[in-house]
Amino acid sequence: MSTSIHVSAGQVAATLVLVALAAAVSFWRRADLERDIGIATVRSFVQLTAIGYAIKLIFEADTLALVFVLLTVMVVFGALTARSRAKKVPNAFWPLLIALATAGATTLGLVVALGVFEPTARYLVPVGGMVIGNAMTASAVALNRLGDEFADSRARIEATLALGATAQQAAAPSVRRALRSGMITLIDSTKTTGLIFFPGTMVGMLLAGANPTDAVRLQLILLYALLGSVAIAALVATTMAHRNFFTPAQQLREQ
Amino acid sequence: MRLRDHGAVLFELRDVCLARGERRVLDSVGADIPVGATAIVGPSGAGKSTLLRLLNRLVDPDRGSISYRGRPLDSYDPLSLRREVSLVPQLPALLEGTIGTNIDYAAKLAEKRPDAERCLRLAGLDPDFAGRDVAKLSVGEQQRAMLARALVQEPQVLLLDEPTSALDREARDAIEATLARLQDELEISIVLVSHDPEQALRLAEWEVRLDGGRVVGTGPLERVPL
Repeated sequence: MSTSIHVSAGQVAATLVLVALAAAVSFWRRADLERDIGIATVRSFVQLTAIGYAIKLIFEADTLALVFVLLTVMVVFGALTARSRAKKVPNAFWPLLIALATAGATTLGLVVALGVFEPTARYLVPVGGMVIGNAMTASAVALNRLGDEFADSRARIEATLALGATAQQAAAPSVRRALRSGMITLIDSTKTTGLIFFPGTMVGMLLAGANPTDAVRLQLILLYALLGSVAIAALVATTMAHRNFFTPAQQLREQ
Repeated sequence: MRLRDHGAVLFELRDVCLARGERRVLDSVGADIPVGATAIVGPSGAGKSTLLRLLNRLVDPDRGSISYRGRPLDSYDPLSLRREVSLVPQLPALLEGTIGTNIDYAAKLAEKRPDAERCLRLAGLDPDFAGRDVAKLSVGEQQRAMLARALVQEPQVLLLDEPTSALDREARDAIEATLARLQDELEISIVLVSHDPEQALRLAEWEVRLDGGRVVGTGPLERVPL
Protein backbone atom coordinates (compact mmCIF):
# COMPACT_ATOMS: atom_id res chain seq x y z
CA MET A 1 0.00 0.00 0.00
CA SER A 2 1.39 3.40 -0.96
CA THR A 3 1.46 5.60 2.13
CA SER A 4 2.44 9.09 1.04
CA ILE A 5 1.82 11.56 -1.72
CA HIS A 6 3.14 15.05 -2.19
CA VAL A 7 0.69 17.94 -2.53
CA SER A 8 2.22 21.27 -3.52
CA ALA A 9 1.14 24.69 -2.23
CA GLY A 10 0.35 25.54 -5.87
CA GLN A 11 -2.19 22.73 -6.04
CA VAL A 12 -3.88 24.03 -2.88
CA ALA A 13 -3.82 27.59 -4.26
CA ALA A 14 -5.44 26.40 -7.50
CA THR A 15 -8.51 25.19 -5.60
CA LEU A 16 -9.08 28.76 -4.40
CA VAL A 17 -10.77 29.18 -7.79
CA LEU A 18 -13.67 27.19 -6.33
CA VAL A 19 -13.71 29.40 -3.24
CA ALA A 20 -13.91 32.41 -5.56
CA LEU A 21 -16.77 30.70 -7.38
CA ALA A 22 -18.63 30.24 -4.06
CA ALA A 23 -18.10 33.93 -3.20
CA ALA A 24 -19.26 34.93 -6.69
CA VAL A 25 -22.47 32.90 -6.33
CA SER A 26 -23.13 34.54 -2.97
CA PHE A 27 -22.48 38.02 -4.39
CA TRP A 28 -24.55 37.42 -7.53
CA ARG A 29 -27.59 36.01 -5.66
CA ARG A 30 -27.16 38.46 -2.74
CA ALA A 31 -26.83 35.67 -0.18
CA ASP A 32 -24.57 37.95 1.86
CA LEU A 33 -22.14 35.13 2.65
CA GLU A 34 -18.95 36.53 1.04
CA ARG A 35 -17.52 37.60 4.38
CA ASP A 36 -18.29 34.21 5.95
CA ILE A 37 -16.74 32.39 3.01
CA GLY A 38 -13.60 34.52 3.43
CA ILE A 39 -13.41 33.87 7.16
CA ALA A 40 -14.04 30.13 6.66
CA THR A 41 -11.27 29.91 4.05
CA VAL A 42 -8.70 31.77 6.17
CA ARG A 43 -9.62 29.92 9.37
CA SER A 44 -9.49 26.50 7.73
CA PHE A 45 -6.05 27.36 6.28
CA VAL A 46 -4.63 28.63 9.58
CA GLN A 47 -6.19 25.95 11.80
CA LEU A 48 -5.31 23.01 9.55
CA THR A 49 -1.77 24.26 8.94
CA ALA A 50 -1.23 24.69 12.68
CA ILE A 51 -2.67 21.28 13.53
CA GLY A 52 -0.66 19.77 10.65
CA TYR A 53 2.59 20.98 12.23
CA ALA A 54 1.37 19.94 15.70
CA ILE A 55 0.56 16.43 14.43
CA LYS A 56 3.91 16.24 12.65
CA LEU A 57 5.66 17.04 15.95
CA ILE A 58 3.53 14.53 17.86
CA PHE A 59 4.18 11.81 15.25
CA GLU A 60 7.90 12.47 15.41
CA ALA A 61 7.96 12.50 19.22
CA ASP A 62 5.62 9.45 19.25
CA THR A 63 4.92 9.66 22.98
CA LEU A 64 1.49 8.79 24.32
CA ALA A 65 1.65 11.73 26.75
CA LEU A 66 1.52 14.22 23.86
CA VAL A 67 -1.33 12.26 22.23
CA PHE A 68 -3.21 12.43 25.53
CA VAL A 69 -2.68 16.21 25.77
CA LEU A 70 -3.91 16.77 22.20
CA LEU A 71 -7.01 14.57 22.69
CA THR A 72 -7.77 16.31 26.00
CA VAL A 73 -7.64 19.70 24.28
CA MET A 74 -10.01 18.35 21.60
CA VAL A 75 -12.44 17.08 24.27
CA VAL A 76 -12.47 20.44 26.12
CA PHE A 77 -12.97 22.51 22.96
CA GLY A 78 -15.55 20.00 21.72
CA ALA A 79 -17.53 20.35 24.96
CA LEU A 80 -17.33 24.16 24.80
CA THR A 81 -18.52 24.16 21.17
CA ALA A 82 -21.36 21.72 21.87
CA ARG A 83 -22.48 23.79 24.87
CA SER A 84 -23.33 26.68 22.57
CA ARG A 85 -25.84 24.36 20.84
CA ALA A 86 -27.41 23.30 24.14
CA LYS A 87 -28.29 26.68 25.62
CA LYS A 88 -31.62 25.50 27.05
CA VAL A 89 -29.91 22.81 29.15
CA PRO A 90 -28.71 24.07 32.57
CA ASN A 91 -24.97 23.56 33.19
CA ALA A 92 -24.51 21.55 30.00
CA PHE A 93 -20.72 21.82 29.97
CA TRP A 94 -19.90 19.05 32.46
CA PRO A 95 -22.22 16.42 30.96
CA LEU A 96 -20.76 17.23 27.54
CA LEU A 97 -17.16 17.09 28.76
CA ILE A 98 -17.71 13.72 30.44
CA ALA A 99 -19.66 12.42 27.40
CA LEU A 100 -16.85 13.29 24.98
CA ALA A 101 -14.13 11.99 27.28
CA THR A 102 -15.99 8.72 27.86
CA ALA A 103 -16.76 8.26 24.16
CA GLY A 104 -13.14 8.96 23.19
CA ALA A 105 -11.57 6.79 25.90
CA THR A 106 -13.94 3.85 25.43
CA THR A 107 -13.78 3.80 21.64
CA LEU A 108 -10.01 4.22 21.39
CA GLY A 109 -9.49 1.80 24.27
CA LEU A 110 -11.60 -0.84 22.54
CA VAL A 111 -10.01 -0.53 19.09
CA VAL A 112 -6.58 -0.81 20.68
CA ALA A 113 -7.62 -3.68 22.98
CA LEU A 114 -9.14 -5.57 20.03
CA GLY A 115 -5.87 -5.19 18.13
CA VAL A 116 -7.42 -3.07 15.36
CA PHE A 117 -4.86 -0.28 15.76
CA GLU A 118 -1.51 -0.05 17.45
CA PRO A 119 -1.38 2.34 20.42
CA THR A 120 0.82 4.85 18.62
CA ALA A 121 0.38 8.53 17.80
CA ARG A 122 0.07 7.72 14.09
CA TYR A 123 -3.25 5.92 14.73
CA LEU A 124 -4.58 7.45 17.93
CA VAL A 125 -4.42 11.10 16.80
CA PRO A 126 -6.46 10.90 13.57
CA VAL A 127 -8.88 8.27 14.86
CA GLY A 128 -9.28 10.16 18.16
CA GLY A 129 -10.01 13.36 16.25
CA MET A 130 -12.76 11.68 14.22
CA VAL A 131 -14.24 9.96 17.26
CA ILE A 132 -14.32 13.11 19.39
CA GLY A 133 -15.60 15.26 16.51
CA ASN A 134 -18.51 12.94 15.79
CA ALA A 135 -19.22 12.51 19.51
CA MET A 136 -19.36 16.30 19.81
CA THR A 137 -21.90 16.64 17.00
CA ALA A 138 -24.07 13.81 18.36
CA SER A 139 -24.11 15.07 21.94
CA ALA A 140 -24.76 18.66 20.81
CA VAL A 141 -27.75 17.55 18.71
CA ALA A 142 -29.01 15.32 21.55
CA LEU A 143 -28.84 18.09 24.17
CA ASN A 144 -30.32 20.63 21.80
CA ARG A 145 -33.31 18.31 21.40
CA LEU A 146 -33.40 17.63 25.15
CA GLY A 147 -33.68 21.37 25.83
CA ASP A 148 -36.55 21.68 23.34
CA GLU A 149 -38.26 18.64 24.86
CA PHE A 150 -38.18 20.11 28.36
CA ALA A 151 -39.45 23.45 27.08
CA ASP A 152 -42.33 21.88 25.12
CA SER A 153 -43.29 19.02 27.47
CA ARG A 154 -42.94 20.81 30.80
CA ALA A 155 -46.60 20.32 31.75
CA ARG A 156 -46.52 16.62 30.91
CA ILE A 157 -43.27 16.02 32.79
CA GLU A 158 -44.59 17.77 35.90
CA ALA A 159 -47.87 15.84 35.64
CA THR A 160 -45.83 12.62 35.69
CA LEU A 161 -43.88 13.83 38.74
CA ALA A 162 -47.26 14.54 40.35
CA LEU A 163 -48.04 10.81 40.13
CA GLY A 164 -44.99 10.07 42.26
CA ALA A 165 -42.64 9.25 39.38
CA THR A 166 -38.94 9.92 39.89
CA ALA A 167 -37.23 12.60 37.82
CA GLN A 168 -35.66 9.86 35.72
CA GLN A 169 -39.03 8.20 35.05
CA ALA A 170 -40.73 11.51 34.24
CA ALA A 171 -37.96 12.51 31.83
CA ALA A 172 -37.65 9.09 30.15
CA PRO A 173 -39.72 9.83 27.00
CA SER A 174 -37.84 13.12 26.44
CA VAL A 175 -34.45 11.50 27.05
CA ARG A 176 -35.35 8.70 24.62
CA ARG A 177 -36.24 11.17 21.85
CA ALA A 178 -33.10 13.24 22.50
CA LEU A 179 -30.90 10.13 22.32
CA ARG A 180 -32.50 9.13 19.00
CA SER A 181 -31.90 12.60 17.58
CA GLY A 182 -28.23 12.47 18.55
CA MET A 183 -27.63 9.08 16.92
CA ILE A 184 -29.88 9.11 13.88
CA THR A 185 -27.73 11.30 11.60
CA LEU A 186 -24.71 9.02 11.71
CA ILE A 187 -26.87 5.90 11.40
CA ASP A 188 -28.52 7.33 8.28
CA SER A 189 -25.22 8.38 6.73
CA THR A 190 -23.76 4.94 7.52
CA LYS A 191 -26.73 3.35 5.72
CA THR A 192 -26.08 5.38 2.57
CA THR A 193 -22.30 5.30 2.62
CA GLY A 194 -20.86 4.17 -0.70
CA LEU A 195 -24.18 4.89 -2.44
CA ILE A 196 -24.66 8.60 -1.96
CA PHE A 197 -21.30 9.71 -0.63
CA PHE A 198 -17.76 8.40 -0.18
CA PRO A 199 -16.41 8.97 3.30
CA GLY A 200 -13.32 11.16 3.66
CA THR A 201 -10.88 8.51 4.88
CA MET A 202 -11.59 6.23 1.94
CA VAL A 203 -11.32 9.07 -0.55
CA GLY A 204 -8.03 10.18 1.02
CA MET A 205 -6.55 6.69 0.87
CA LEU A 206 -7.64 6.14 -2.74
CA LEU A 207 -6.13 9.48 -3.73
CA ALA A 208 -2.96 8.50 -1.92
CA GLY A 209 -2.77 5.39 -4.08
CA ALA A 210 -3.89 2.77 -1.55
CA ASN A 211 -5.41 -0.54 -2.51
CA PRO A 212 -9.22 -0.05 -2.67
CA THR A 213 -9.78 -3.12 -0.45
CA ASP A 214 -7.56 -1.64 2.25
CA ALA A 215 -9.28 1.73 1.89
CA VAL A 216 -12.72 0.12 2.29
CA ARG A 217 -11.69 -1.99 5.29
CA LEU A 218 -10.18 0.97 7.11
CA GLN A 219 -13.26 3.04 6.37
CA LEU A 220 -15.53 0.31 7.74
CA ILE A 221 -13.47 0.11 10.92
CA LEU A 222 -13.85 3.87 11.37
CA LEU A 223 -17.58 3.90 10.61
CA TYR A 224 -18.25 1.15 13.15
CA ALA A 225 -16.04 2.84 15.74
CA LEU A 226 -17.91 6.10 15.17
CA LEU A 227 -21.28 4.40 15.67
CA GLY A 228 -20.09 3.22 19.06
CA SER A 229 -18.65 6.57 20.07
CA VAL A 230 -21.76 8.48 18.99
CA ALA A 231 -23.99 6.15 21.00
CA ILE A 232 -21.81 6.47 24.11
CA ALA A 233 -21.60 10.28 23.82
CA ALA A 234 -25.35 10.77 23.31
CA LEU A 235 -26.17 8.32 26.13
CA VAL A 236 -23.80 9.89 28.67
CA ALA A 237 -24.76 13.48 27.73
CA THR A 238 -28.53 12.92 27.94
CA THR A 239 -28.35 10.71 31.05
CA MET A 240 -26.30 13.30 32.95
CA ALA A 241 -27.86 16.47 31.56
CA HIS A 242 -31.52 15.61 32.19
CA ARG A 243 -30.81 15.60 35.94
CA ASN A 244 -29.93 19.29 35.76
CA PHE A 245 -33.58 20.09 35.04
CA PHE A 246 -34.65 18.75 38.46
CA THR A 247 -34.03 19.57 42.13
CA PRO A 248 -32.98 16.86 44.63
CA ALA A 249 -36.66 16.78 45.81
CA GLN A 250 -37.71 15.56 42.32
CA GLN A 251 -39.13 18.93 41.29
CA LEU A 252 -38.75 20.64 37.93
CA ARG A 253 -36.45 23.65 38.26
CA GLU A 254 -37.92 26.97 37.24
CA GLN A 255 -36.49 28.14 33.90
CA MET B 1 -65.52 30.81 62.52
CA ARG B 2 -62.27 29.13 63.45
CA LEU B 3 -61.23 26.06 61.52
CA ARG B 4 -60.64 23.98 64.62
CA ASP B 5 -64.35 24.23 65.33
CA HIS B 6 -65.05 23.09 61.79
CA GLY B 7 -63.07 19.88 61.34
CA ALA B 8 -59.66 18.16 61.49
CA VAL B 9 -56.80 20.10 59.90
CA LEU B 10 -55.24 18.57 56.79
CA PHE B 11 -52.76 21.29 55.81
CA GLU B 12 -51.45 24.23 57.83
CA LEU B 13 -49.63 27.01 55.99
CA ARG B 14 -47.76 29.64 57.99
CA ASP B 15 -46.07 32.74 56.51
CA VAL B 16 -45.49 30.99 53.18
CA CYS B 17 -43.60 33.12 50.65
CA LEU B 18 -42.57 32.26 47.12
CA ALA B 19 -41.04 34.54 44.48
CA ARG B 20 -40.25 34.05 40.82
CA GLY B 21 -37.59 36.59 39.90
CA GLU B 22 -38.85 39.96 41.08
CA ARG B 23 -42.48 38.79 41.30
CA ARG B 24 -43.92 37.67 44.64
CA VAL B 25 -46.22 34.81 43.69
CA LEU B 26 -47.19 34.07 47.31
CA ASP B 27 -46.71 36.65 50.04
CA SER B 28 -46.91 35.62 53.73
CA VAL B 29 -49.70 33.14 53.08
CA GLY B 30 -51.22 31.72 56.25
CA ALA B 31 -54.19 29.34 55.99
CA ASP B 32 -55.63 26.10 57.32
CA ILE B 33 -57.16 23.52 55.00
CA PRO B 34 -59.46 21.02 56.72
CA VAL B 35 -60.39 17.44 55.93
CA GLY B 36 -63.27 17.50 53.43
CA ALA B 37 -63.59 19.73 50.38
CA THR B 38 -61.79 23.08 50.18
CA ALA B 39 -61.84 25.56 47.32
CA ILE B 40 -58.96 27.95 46.65
CA VAL B 41 -60.55 30.82 44.78
CA GLY B 42 -59.34 34.08 43.32
CA PRO B 43 -58.68 35.88 40.06
CA SER B 44 -56.06 34.87 37.46
CA GLY B 45 -52.51 35.35 38.72
CA ALA B 46 -53.57 35.24 42.38
CA GLY B 47 -51.18 32.33 43.08
CA LYS B 48 -53.85 29.60 43.33
CA SER B 49 -52.12 26.96 41.19
CA THR B 50 -48.76 27.62 42.88
CA LEU B 51 -50.39 27.14 46.29
CA LEU B 52 -51.82 23.81 45.09
CA ARG B 53 -48.42 22.65 43.80
CA LEU B 54 -46.90 23.44 47.20
CA LEU B 55 -49.23 20.92 48.85
CA ASN B 56 -47.62 17.86 47.22
CA ARG B 57 -44.14 19.35 46.97
CA LEU B 58 -44.02 19.92 43.24
CA VAL B 59 -42.50 23.18 44.45
CA ASP B 60 -41.16 24.22 47.86
CA PRO B 61 -41.66 27.66 49.44
CA ASP B 62 -38.79 30.13 49.74
CA ARG B 63 -39.85 30.82 53.33
CA GLY B 64 -42.48 29.73 55.83
CA SER B 65 -43.80 26.33 56.86
CA ILE B 66 -46.39 23.88 55.60
CA SER B 67 -47.56 20.84 57.53
CA TYR B 68 -49.69 17.89 56.47
CA ARG B 69 -51.59 15.96 59.15
CA GLY B 70 -49.50 17.72 61.80
CA ARG B 71 -46.10 16.83 60.32
CA PRO B 72 -43.85 19.22 58.39
CA LEU B 73 -44.40 18.62 54.68
CA ASP B 74 -40.68 18.54 53.94
CA SER B 75 -40.29 15.57 56.33
CA TYR B 76 -42.31 13.43 53.88
CA ASP B 77 -40.61 11.62 51.02
CA PRO B 78 -41.82 13.63 48.00
CA LEU B 79 -42.57 10.55 45.90
CA SER B 80 -44.78 8.78 48.46
CA LEU B 81 -46.39 12.09 49.42
CA ARG B 82 -47.40 12.66 45.78
CA ARG B 83 -49.10 9.26 45.64
CA GLU B 84 -51.05 10.03 48.80
CA VAL B 85 -51.78 13.66 47.90
CA SER B 86 -52.47 13.38 44.20
CA LEU B 87 -52.52 16.41 41.93
CA VAL B 88 -54.66 16.44 38.81
CA PRO B 89 -53.09 19.26 36.76
CA GLN B 90 -54.42 21.37 33.95
CA LEU B 91 -54.14 19.96 30.43
CA PRO B 92 -52.21 18.63 28.59
CA ALA B 93 -50.83 16.09 31.02
CA LEU B 94 -51.51 12.55 29.82
CA LEU B 95 -48.71 10.33 28.57
CA GLU B 96 -48.74 9.14 24.95
CA GLY B 97 -50.69 5.92 24.43
CA THR B 98 -54.10 4.80 25.65
CA ILE B 99 -56.01 5.68 28.80
CA GLY B 100 -55.31 2.10 29.91
CA THR B 101 -51.53 2.52 29.62
CA ASN B 102 -51.78 5.77 31.61
CA ILE B 103 -53.75 4.02 34.37
CA ASP B 104 -51.34 1.06 34.42
CA TYR B 105 -48.38 3.44 34.65
CA ALA B 106 -49.84 5.28 37.65
CA ALA B 107 -50.83 1.99 39.36
CA LYS B 108 -47.33 0.59 38.94
CA LEU B 109 -45.77 3.72 40.46
CA ALA B 110 -48.03 3.41 43.52
CA GLU B 111 -47.72 -0.40 43.61
CA LYS B 112 -51.51 -0.75 43.39
CA ARG B 113 -53.68 -3.12 41.40
CA PRO B 114 -54.39 -1.56 37.99
CA ASP B 115 -58.17 -1.78 38.25
CA ALA B 116 -58.90 0.36 35.20
CA GLU B 117 -62.59 -0.56 35.01
CA ARG B 118 -63.35 0.64 38.56
CA CYS B 119 -61.34 3.85 38.15
CA LEU B 120 -62.92 4.67 34.81
CA ARG B 121 -66.40 4.18 36.28
CA LEU B 122 -65.52 6.36 39.29
CA ALA B 123 -64.30 9.06 36.89
CA GLY B 124 -67.53 8.80 34.90
CA LEU B 125 -66.10 7.00 31.86
CA ASP B 126 -67.27 3.75 30.28
CA PRO B 127 -64.69 0.91 30.81
CA ASP B 128 -64.35 0.68 26.99
CA PHE B 129 -62.36 3.89 27.19
CA ALA B 130 -59.32 1.96 28.48
CA GLY B 131 -58.29 1.23 24.89
CA ARG B 132 -58.78 4.76 23.59
CA ASP B 133 -55.78 6.73 22.33
CA VAL B 134 -55.38 9.85 24.51
CA ALA B 135 -54.65 11.92 21.39
CA LYS B 136 -58.24 11.35 20.23
CA LEU B 137 -60.08 12.37 23.40
CA SER B 138 -62.21 15.46 23.92
CA VAL B 139 -61.12 17.91 26.62
CA GLY B 140 -63.77 16.60 29.01
CA GLU B 141 -62.70 13.00 28.38
CA GLN B 142 -59.06 13.91 28.98
CA GLN B 143 -60.05 15.52 32.27
CA ARG B 144 -61.86 12.35 33.34
CA ALA B 145 -58.96 10.18 32.14
CA MET B 146 -56.60 12.20 34.37
CA LEU B 147 -59.00 11.74 37.26
CA ALA B 148 -59.14 7.96 36.66
CA ARG B 149 -55.33 7.85 36.48
CA ALA B 150 -55.06 9.66 39.82
CA LEU B 151 -57.73 7.46 41.47
CA VAL B 152 -55.93 4.20 40.68
CA GLN B 153 -53.25 5.29 43.15
CA GLU B 154 -55.94 5.36 45.87
CA PRO B 155 -54.95 8.81 47.16
CA GLN B 156 -56.29 10.27 50.41
CA VAL B 157 -56.31 13.81 49.05
CA LEU B 158 -57.06 14.98 45.50
CA LEU B 159 -55.65 18.33 44.41
CA LEU B 160 -57.59 19.58 41.40
CA ASP B 161 -56.27 22.48 39.33
CA GLU B 162 -59.17 24.19 37.53
CA PRO B 163 -60.74 20.84 36.55
CA THR B 164 -63.51 22.41 34.46
CA SER B 165 -61.88 25.56 33.08
CA ALA B 166 -61.72 24.30 29.48
CA LEU B 167 -65.21 22.72 29.44
CA ASP B 168 -68.63 23.83 28.26
CA ARG B 169 -71.44 24.04 30.81
CA GLU B 170 -72.80 20.55 30.21
CA ALA B 171 -69.39 18.88 30.57
CA ARG B 172 -68.64 21.06 33.59
CA ASP B 173 -71.83 19.95 35.35
CA ALA B 174 -71.01 16.33 34.63
CA ILE B 175 -67.49 16.62 36.09
CA GLU B 176 -68.85 18.42 39.14
CA ALA B 177 -71.36 15.62 39.70
CA THR B 178 -68.53 13.08 39.44
CA LEU B 179 -66.44 14.98 41.99
CA ALA B 180 -69.38 15.23 44.42
CA ARG B 181 -70.01 11.49 44.07
CA LEU B 182 -66.32 10.71 44.67
CA GLN B 183 -66.41 12.60 47.96
CA ASP B 184 -69.39 10.50 49.07
CA GLU B 185 -68.14 7.14 47.84
CA LEU B 186 -64.45 7.34 48.71
CA GLU B 187 -64.41 9.74 51.66
CA ILE B 188 -61.54 11.46 49.93
CA SER B 189 -60.50 15.05 50.72
CA ILE B 190 -60.45 17.50 47.86
CA VAL B 191 -58.60 20.77 47.41
CA LEU B 192 -59.93 22.48 44.34
CA VAL B 193 -58.53 25.54 42.56
CA SER B 194 -61.20 27.57 40.82
CA HIS B 195 -61.64 31.07 39.50
CA ASP B 196 -65.42 30.57 39.83
CA PRO B 197 -66.89 31.37 43.30
CA GLU B 198 -70.15 29.65 42.29
CA GLN B 199 -68.29 26.41 41.66
CA ALA B 200 -66.70 26.69 45.11
CA LEU B 201 -70.20 26.84 46.60
CA ARG B 202 -71.27 23.75 44.67
CA LEU B 203 -68.26 21.59 45.55
CA ALA B 204 -66.65 22.80 48.79
CA GLU B 205 -67.41 23.41 52.43
CA TRP B 206 -64.38 25.59 53.10
CA GLU B 207 -62.67 28.29 51.07
CA VAL B 208 -59.37 30.11 50.95
CA ARG B 209 -59.57 33.33 48.95
CA LEU B 210 -56.39 34.63 47.33
CA ASP B 211 -55.63 37.89 45.59
CA GLY B 212 -52.23 39.13 44.47
CA GLY B 213 -50.49 36.28 46.28
CA ARG B 214 -52.08 37.09 49.66
CA VAL B 215 -54.89 35.43 51.56
CA VAL B 216 -57.83 37.84 51.61
CA GLY B 217 -60.31 35.57 53.32
CA THR B 218 -60.83 32.08 54.65
CA GLY B 219 -63.82 30.32 56.17
CA PRO B 220 -66.74 27.93 55.76
CA LEU B 221 -69.08 27.89 52.79
CA GLU B 222 -72.79 27.15 52.77
CA ARG B 223 -72.65 24.39 50.21
CA VAL B 224 -75.30 24.52 47.50
CA PRO B 225 -76.49 21.01 46.58
CA LEU B 226 -75.87 20.10 42.92
